[in-house]
Amino acid sequence: MTVRRPASVAVALAAVVALTATACASGDDAAESTPGITADSVTIGSTIPLTGTAAPGYSEQGPAAKAFFDYVNANGGINGRKITLKYLDDAYNPAQTVTLTKQLVLQDKVFAIVGSLGTPTHTKVVDFLNSSRVPDLFVASGCTCWDQPEKNPYTFGWQPDYTVEGKILGDYVKKNLAGKKVAYFYQDDDFGRDGMKGLDKYIDQSLVVTRQPYQPGNTDVAAQVSAIAATKADVVVLEAIPAYTALFKLTSLKLGYSPTLVASSVGADPITVSGLLENFAKQAGSSVKGQDLIEGLVTSAYLPPVDDTSNSWTALFKKIHDQYIPNVPFDGNVYYAMAYAYTFTQALARAGQNPTRQGVIDALKKGGLAGPGLVPFRYGADSHAGYTGGQIATISGGKQVSSGTPLTTDDGDGPVTPYTQPQPQAPANGIPAA
Amino acid sequence: MTALAAAAPVRFWQRSTLVRHLTLSVLGLIVLYFVTTSLDSFANLQFAQICYTAIATAGLTVLSGLSGQISLGHGAFVAVGAYTTALLLEHLDWPLVLVLLGSVVIGGALGSLVGVAAARLRGPYLAGATLALAVGLPSLADYHGLRDLLGGANGLIVTSDPPPLSLGESFPLERWQAWICGLCLVVTLFLLANLTRSRIGRDMRLVREDEQAAALSGVHVARTQIVTFGISAAFAGLAGGLFAIVNSLAAPGAFTLSLSLSLLTAAVLGGLGSLAGAVYGAVIVTLLPNWTADLAQQADLPRAIYANIPLVLYGLVLIVVIIAFPGGIQSGVRKLGALLKARFVRPLQTRQETRR
Repeated sequence: MTVRRPASVAVALAAVVALTATACASGDDAAESTPGITADSVTIGSTIPLTGTAAPGYSEQGPAAKAFFDYVNANGGINGRKITLKYLDDAYNPAQTVTLTKQLVLQDKVFAIVGSLGTPTHTKVVDFLNSSRVPDLFVASGCTCWDQPEKNPYTFGWQPDYTVEGKILGDYVKKNLAGKKVAYFYQDDDFGRDGMKGLDKYIDQSLVVTRQPYQPGNTDVAAQVSAIAATKADVVVLEAIPAYTALFKLTSLKLGYSPTLVASSVGADPITVSGLLENFAKQAGSSVKGQDLIEGLVTSAYLPPVDDTSNSWTALFKKIHDQYIPNVPFDGNVYYAMAYAYTFTQALARAGQNPTRQGVIDALKKGGLAGPGLVPFRYGADSHAGYTGGQIATISGGKQVSSGTPLTTDDGDGPVTPYTQPQPQAPANGIPAA
Repeated sequence: MTALAAAAPVRFWQRSTLVRHLTLSVLGLIVLYFVTTSLDSFANLQFAQICYTAIATAGLTVLSGLSGQISLGHGAFVAVGAYTTALLLEHLDWPLVLVLLGSVVIGGALGSLVGVAAARLRGPYLAGATLALAVGLPSLADYHGLRDLLGGANGLIVTSDPPPLSLGESFPLERWQAWICGLCLVVTLFLLANLTRSRIGRDMRLVREDEQAAALSGVHVARTQIVTFGISAAFAGLAGGLFAIVNSLAAPGAFTLSLSLSLLTAAVLGGLGSLAGAVYGAVIVTLLPNWTADLAQQADLPRAIYANIPLVLYGLVLIVVIIAFPGGIQSGVRKLGALLKARFVRPLQTRQETRR
């Protein structure tokens, strides 16, 4: 038990040497070539929570994106190169994200980071990726922070940011639920606050009766829900992840309170939410039909519904899903990941025969990418923001039913305007042309 | 005659703890230099992570192994150190040495405060109290009044200075950080090795063995426990400061209960109470998850299995080490050392003696 031999400290240090030396047997590659690119392959990386509190739903994104790339590879790849995605589990822990992202860049020498998930996690590696000049594409988070072309030239968002979504939902509430009392139930971080920023631009402040925050991780939201129920608000806007949409609904059910629910797309995927509702109810010893509980929930969707197989994109993704990952439910998360995988494939194709990191960035900045989204991207020389809006959809019979036309707006004071261009068709073989 | 002349420096070496430790520290620094220059960037990052984990584990191992107090909450002191460094770097433009010293002082001060409570608690009660600390303290960052200061769940981004220009323009940041962490580890081990051989070290052992007997022989039990807790937490604070610099963040998600538990795991794996053991333990808890994740990824397993393999292997290693070396890895190293000595050194000595 005692520290008798100081020499052992030296032995221990020597052990560190030996172990770390074996851990890094790989030497440096030729300096000129682009990292992650060989004559027949492109290697990219991603960090995703596969375990921990954020894993339900989100953990499907790694396999789904990989399935899309496997499909592309099986059909010849992009310019003869096969795409390899290495996704690592950061368990939604920022310290893990930092180490794993550095591992992907420094050790695995990936070409780009694609679809890394989470605001608190990914904000900690943006500086590293940009100072290392590694493309940091399609961060899976609607934080407005990804759109800073001057400061972070290599970072691009993908989904509509939370403020854009908030404006569209606020506009809906203002027009369709005029004069009703509104309450906010929001995640107490950038997600919730950015969302409210958008809502507040449209919803009359005198009608907002209460704003109740929740901390992710604390599953007891009785206090917040009672406070909202006490105000008898007619409409509750949820800026919440799926688990908290479900928790809000179950808790309000106990109080016999059922307001009209309007929810950010983040927490409104019908399959994920109804599954969670049934799980939570089961844990509490009762049984509910999740689908019935979210009937009438209003959200803003920027991707086509997952059950509309007449849509060419849905048909494509469903086909890939059934072939490569049939054991994963075909829900919004799978759709989402395949859609950003498509966008990456398109950007890579546009970077030409000999893609470089700068080439992919230039292709994105040129704009004009089209994909599974209902609205266009805002990518351009002075914007790294993703989708510019979404379409109001109501959940009916467990499905997302769209109404009206898609809407676009920005995260500033721009108006919410209808977008009337038809959605482009998916390419026949599912692979984007250059 | 010659044998006697040779024996004098040996005796001096054995008696003078300070000289011995100083020499070993210098050797450690030389090794550090050669290792870091031969490793690539990611290995240097891992080296730095091992170093700060070893610093926190060394503090914990002295607390638990020598003074017999258990702490399940050392991750909280690491968090305090990380936030201290983050705030000092963001708001006051102090040099790095002062920033890290700040983390040591704040960590130590908080540790002494907790130590006051800890001196009154025993066994499971102390474990429970420190557990509460590990769970409760990081969530302070989410407290409304402190959110603007501490950044809430998003935490703070830490931007430390790049390597000094005098090292060359393309000097890798990771190697620079490995130097800082390695230097801090050597200093930590030097200080703790001296401490454990000083009077307070003896007091700690006495208190651990028998509090009444220690008190009867004039040892101030509570004071010894408080001081030990403070010292241990101070090094956890230093580890936290280094953590913040290496990972460029201080966020509540990084200082979960599992951090506290993995520090304890490292201490137990290495050998409770042994400083060298702290280093071995830190190597294992830092590298093992990384290796197992790589292994699992290569094996192309289904996600449900893949995601859990690192934990399973972690548990396996823990079980194997505990069964094979109940006293931790360091006890195994000692046994091996004794075995080698009996095999090679003693026969040599006896041969010399017979010749004489």
